[in-house]
Amino acid sequence: MADKGKTDRKSIAAASQMKKLMADHFSALDNAKKDGARKVAWCTSVGPAELLHAMGFLVYYPENHGALLGATRMATDVIPLANSIGYSPDICSYLTADVGAYLKGVTPLTKSYGLESVPKADVLVYNTNQCRDVQDWFAFYAREWNVPLIGVHTHRNIKAVEDYHIADIVSQMKAMIPSLEEVSGNRFDIDRLREVVRLSKECTDLWRQVLECGAAKPAPLTFFDTTIHMAPAVVLRGLPEAVDYYKLLLAELKQRVDDKVAAIEGERHRLYWDGMPIWGKLRDLSQLFQSLRTNIVASTYCNSWIFDAFDADRPFESMARAYTELFIVRDESYKEAYMDKWIREFSVDGVIFHDAKTCPNNSNSRYCMPQRMSERLKVPTLVINGDLNDLRCYSEEQTKTNIEAFVEQLDENKQSSRMAAGGCRKREL
Amino acid sequence: MIREYAGGIDVGSCTTKAVIVDGDREIVGSRVVYSATDFEAASKEAWEASLNEAGIDADRVTSVVSTGYGRRSVLFAGRNLTEISCHGRGCLYYFPGPITVVDIGGQDNKIIKLDADGHRVSFKMNRKCAAGTGAFLEEMALRLRLPLEKLDELARTADGEVSLGSYCTVFTATEVLEKIKAGNRVDRIVRGLFHSVVKRIVEMDTLTDTVVLTGGVIEHNPFLADLIRGYTDCAVKTPPHPQITGALGAALYALDDD
Repeated sequence: MADKGKTDRKSIAAASQMKKLMADHFSALDNAKKDGARKVAWCTSVGPAELLHAMGFLVYYPENHGALLGATRMATDVIPLANSIGYSPDICSYLTADVGAYLKGVTPLTKSYGLESVPKADVLVYNTNQCRDVQDWFAFYAREWNVPLIGVHTHRNIKAVEDYHIADIVSQMKAMIPSLEEVSGNRFDIDRLREVVRLSKECTDLWRQVLECGAAKPAPLTFFDTTIHMAPAVVLRGLPEAVDYYKLLLAELKQRVDDKVAAIEGERHRLYWDGMPIWGKLRDLSQLFQSLRTNIVASTYCNSWIFDAFDADRPFESMARAYTELFIVRDESYKEAYMDKWIREFSVDGVIFHDAKTCPNNSNSRYCMPQRMSERLKVPTLVINGDLNDLRCYSEEQTKTNIEAFVEQLDENKQSSRMAAGGCRKREL
Repeated sequence: MIREYAGGIDVGSCTTKAVIVDGDREIVGSRVVYSATDFEAASKEAWEASLNEAGIDADRVTSVVSTGYGRRSVLFAGRNLTEISCHGRGCLYYFPGPITVVDIGGQDNKIIKLDADGHRVSFKMNRKCAAGTGAFLEEMALRLRLPLEKLDELARTADGEVSLGSYCTVFTATEVLEKIKAGNRVDRIVRGLFHSVVKRIVEMDTLTDTVVLTGGVIEHNPFLADLIRGYTDCAVKTPPHPQITGALGAALYALDDD
């Protein structure tokens, strides 16, 4: 049962700096389109951004735009426009929301950052490591604007990352260079790439440390914080601003850990979230978990921007490894071992799997994983049905009831453990 | 405080149920009313009728727990719990664990697994789809111009069954019309509709240990239990009054409150 009363989680002071960084990022893209001084590359979130930065592009991430469309609740209104021209309601709702918004001529960037429209791409660069949808998404704009579409095709559902995977991805990335030189007008410079990879490595190391603060008891941050504070790791990776930002954020969180400041006062239960966020319901869900004094302390999603492999001494190989080591690229056995480790290290009491209707690649409940995990770890699991962006696939009341019932189960488990430890008599049923 | 009586209110999408238990955990009053659109009014109506049946004043009830879809609308309840907890607790009152509770409600179905100690092991609710719920049968009765209360008898006495393949309620309605046009008998179609409900349930989760059926749909359509027996080797049982099991569970939780 949800407690009444205060339902806002503790705010993070560094957020104001992040807002400034994001504003600067979009303003730079907007200016580039106006003055033509620099070319704009669109890149998928785990595409070869390091290479694009090294070639002198400003990099724009449509998945970030998709998430903004979801978070501002514009997505569900514009998705039908994409559906009507032939993009199925069953495919990625980042794609359908983004294309729908383009067709309608709207963007959340207008209200948030004063941009009239999304910055038009001079080149579109994808990596299929997440899904095929990104390729089809970018292909829409390639046709629309008659700009080059190039990409990396990643081996998917792999157990171990093998040398031949790396060799293949490296050769695909190197094959892009002539096209990127032509569009950017700049020559490829390996030393510049090394520097960008070094900055990406520094950013990702700091981001990992930020997320690892969630292991503290009580946790100083929640999933609803990290889904917001990951923005610089997504759109500014490879740039010094992201490094500076995460130093600032990490210092604040470490102080919280030292002071035992809880993001959720009276933290009773600690959960792991698997799958995409439900962008349009972040605030509602944050308040619900807050009222239940339950904290989502770790997630697969926010961990997806940890790239341990980056190495400035071996830029291409390490980029290939970083993009391929990704959770979403791997087989079930790898995914389970990965999640088990985080669940154990973060003292997790239960796991929520979000089965996102339009994102099968980021929904891990469909091949019996929750059942196997419950059996293996003796940790209860819950599957909730929803979507990252399309709220037509989301039931408010069913989700709320599922989550409250799950927390009631965790309450009961803890109560039973306490009673057993105290030698108390069982409750009369 | 001496616990004289405790109450449970289950505000479902179709009906609201109230149960009062005494300190010995005996049911002394209960009532089912339609929820309609004013959950607060429905919960008061069910509650007052239960007090009347119990022959007690409200001030002798030391604690009230609400549950169900409209659980937050019961202003006189001290706390609320989800119907998942309450149906489980209500079923354990009649049948010891381990049990699998199958609750077929007006708009959602639930499968709840409880271990030998009565602790919940897992639960599942249907997705954002009313196929296989009470709403499905209501819609089909409307399409077939049949009173809801006739469905069980028609399904039970049918000498055959028309198989229906659609998953979706709307497409099933179309399929039913096609079957009628093709000359199929209505009672056989109704048997097919009942089977469709059962198929939606058994695909949600496995049925293990003793299976206990609850909810208004089972109360009014007990033939569904016979069909479910065809899908499992487990014992399939039904509490004496399955529609009020959630409210009973809520009342038992209320009795725990000091």
